[in-house]
Amino acid sequence: MAYPLQLGLQDATSPLMEELIQFHDHTLMIALLLSTMVFYTILTTVTTKLTNKNMLDSQGIETIWTIAPALILILIAMPSLRVLYMMDEVNNPHLTVKTIGHQWYWSYEYTDYKNLEFDSYMIPTQDLIPGQFRLLETDHRMVVPTDSPVRMLITADDVIHSWAVPTLGEKMDAIPGRLNQTTFVVSHPGVFYGQCSEICGANHSFMPISVEAIPLIHFEDWSTSMLAKI
Amino acid sequence: MAEDIKAKLENYHTAPFDTRFPNQNQTKNCWVNYVDYHRCQNALTAKGADTTPCEWYRRVYTSLCPMAWINSVIHE
Repeated sequence: MAYPLQLGLQDATSPLMEELIQFHDHTLMIALLLSTMVFYTILTTVTTKLTNKNMLDSQGIETIWTIAPALILILIAMPSLRVLYMMDEVNNPHLTVKTIGHQWYWSYEYTDYKNLEFDSYMIPTQDLIPGQFRLLETDHRMVVPTDSPVRMLITADDVIHSWAVPTLGEKMDAIPGRLNQTTFVVSHPGVFYGQCSEICGANHSFMPISVEAIPLIHFEDWSTSMLAKI
Repeated sequence: MAEDIKAKLENYHTAPFDTRFPNQNQTKNCWVNYVDYHRCQNALTAKGADTTPCEWYRRVYTSLCPMAWINSVIHE
């Protein structure tokens, strides 16, 4: 999850997010190397005492600094398209979870077998117990089994919201009247947080998402207990 | 055929990938299965046949469609 003074991406909890992090690191390294080179070139050009009043043009260097950027762009485009198509691969999901954005909470529906649905409100700061995270905890978490492809269908009830969980590499707009699909696999158990990512009114910052991933055998116990409770 | 559909229904986990709707927007997928269930029910009931095959469409639209959408259509 996020931590104070964080600069980079959160650690990955899904295979796709691992790929995205690798692509990000690759592209950022190229950007940093180029920026360093340009900065150094400008610095030396501006501070040199050498002058040359006879240099007019040079076909050689012009050719090099036309071809090289094109090659660098290809080096960036190849992994980019690879990850892009990987994100769209067909994976037959084991489970479908629907999430509906409301002002200002999320509700979750698990209707593959029985009709399980529940709301997920943020726990107000004054009600937190020690160890819980401010503005991230919810009264009911969305629970999913680990190592299972999960299909998320995301929509909204009133205004546009956005369902995001950075560690899973997930962000999808929740639009009234539209059912947006995304899929993910959670690699290991844990609790993963996200926040509404589309301005939706007064409490936009106070409708977080928390996803709890547990082994499949415990998932069945959880869904039975939730059905009994609700 | 009837045994096939029963086996398919017993092994149902969730709505499978539908090649007619390969992209992000699954609204039509929900709609089409809902409509297909009711058409199937009407057609097989009119013929006096067993409506078990229609169960497949019901399972799929229940998996895909938000409950509020289904309930609002029913109340309309």
